[in-house]
Amino acid sequence: MNEFEPVIIAFCCNWCTYAAADIAGTSRIQYPHNVNIVRVMCSGMVDPIYVLRAFEGGADGVIIAGCSYVDCHYINGPVKCDAMFERLKGIVHTLGLEDERLRREMISTSESIVFAHVVEEMVGQLKKVGPSPFRKVREDITV
Amino acid sequence: MTLDDIIKETNTFYCLECGKCSSICPISRYNPAYSPRVMVEHALLGLEDDLVYNRELFSCLTCDACQPKCPSDVNYPLFIQKMRAIASNNGEHGECAHSGTLQSLTRLVTNPAIKQRRLEWLSDEFHTSDRSDVLFFVGCAPYFEHIFDFETKSIDIIKASLKILNYFGIEPVLLPNERCCGHDMLWTGDVETFKRLAEHNAALISESGVKKIIFSCPECYQTFKENYPNYVKIDCELQHISEFLSEAIEKNEVSFKETKRTVTYHDPCRLGRHMGIYEPPRKVLEAVPGIELVEMKHSKEESLCCGTSAFTNCDLYSKQIRVERLLEAKDTGAETLITSCPKCQIHFRCAMVNKGEEKGPDVEIEVMDMVNLVANALEEKN
Repeated sequence: MNEFEPVIIAFCCNWCTYAAADIAGTSRIQYPHNVNIVRVMCSGMVDPIYVLRAFEGGADGVIIAGCSYVDCHYINGPVKCDAMFERLKGIVHTLGLEDERLRREMISTSESIVFAHVVEEMVGQLKKVGPSPFRKVREDITV
Repeated sequence: MTLDDIIKETNTFYCLECGKCSSICPISRYNPAYSPRVMVEHALLGLEDDLVYNRELFSCLTCDACQPKCPSDVNYPLFIQKMRAIASNNGEHGECAHSGTLQSLTRLVTNPAIKQRRLEWLSDEFHTSDRSDVLFFVGCAPYFEHIFDFETKSIDIIKASLKILNYFGIEPVLLPNERCCGHDMLWTGDVETFKRLAEHNAALISESGVKKIIFSCPECYQTFKENYPNYVKIDCELQHISEFLSEAIEKNEVSFKETKRTVTYHDPCRLGRHMGIYEPPRKVLEAVPGIELVEMKHSKEESLCCGTSAFTNCDLYSKQIRVERLLEAKDTGAETLITSCPKCQIHFRCAMVNKGEEKGPDVEIEVMDMVNLVANALEEKN
């Protein structure tokens, strides 16, 4: 049997984390291929529905990553994201999903190594936790 | 089900086009683009596409204000429910409030493999058991706590209900993996999901072997009583907590502390017009010494709606309806607006929190569920 390969959806802010992921690519930093990046303009625009739909579609884990408080392009995006994330954590926890499946990160443009490290760490955790119960909803998803 | 079948089933064919429905409709009063009469006319003319792809199809609150007024007994809420099922099959879902978070959650809990953590708020002060004849249906309250960015107090309703049941020596069964009753799914046309939820719940309930189910949410109550029999079999007595309390008061099984407060009661549409339960909650409130119950201008059958149903098309008009209702409650001079539906409470609280940019009328009033008031007024048993 093939080893379980988790599917991770990462919502990355255009200004910091997406650029960090981009630089990680161009600098040839190795990180697992399980992550699917969705570019958003700000981490503050990520709505709980984005994450729930990701789980509904069969994702095993979701990362929401953006600028730190001082870097934000839109003044207070990370603050909004934090408030949303608190509520989201509650929803996901009540649903019975493991806390490891959801992660909030602040990765600025120059921290491409941090991005690679976060993805690596999360893939490791998710391999231990196992596939999400919603995974079989869509079996055609492959990484 | 085709349009023809719906017309036959809901008596739409007998419509006289008198327009009484449109004159009583809370949405039509604010939104001139929406008229139940026109919707019915479209159906009679066979303009199925005009109905299915009409944004206003999802504007209806299904509050049942129109049906009692209809001289031809057209079942308009049922007509809307069935039309939405057709619309849903065609990919139309209305504009879901909160970007559809609640709908998505409901779809997620249809998964048979999940192990929800719904009962983490349960503390030692409440007594529950695994073997009891009575089941308390918790509903969506554990999720509501996290979905909204303001205090919903939904879990307090559940806690108060448990306190009341414990007071009568009932240690109810709570299902740790209970699913949403599917009310919102049914009323937004997603019948497939509704069926799956009903099957899950029916299986869990028959497994627990209870004989009676008590609800604190009128929507769950209505769904179990009116809609589940069409899909699944539930061999239990179903009771709303207000009925349970009024029975206990009739038997003189309960004593209350003096609670000084002027209150007014808002009839939730599902409990009132849909299920016809007007008197039990009033009886309960009047049984508490010191409580003075004043009626709003529109009460009982005439009661106004809280403005949104099934979390779809929550828009400016919904807000206006809410403000109107809150102002009506304030006009009575009551300190507290009592309701018995957690969703009505959420909608009223939302209207008070999200005031918008323009400074509207002052709508601040304390909103409380009936069970909270009763639970606070219960006299300690020695």
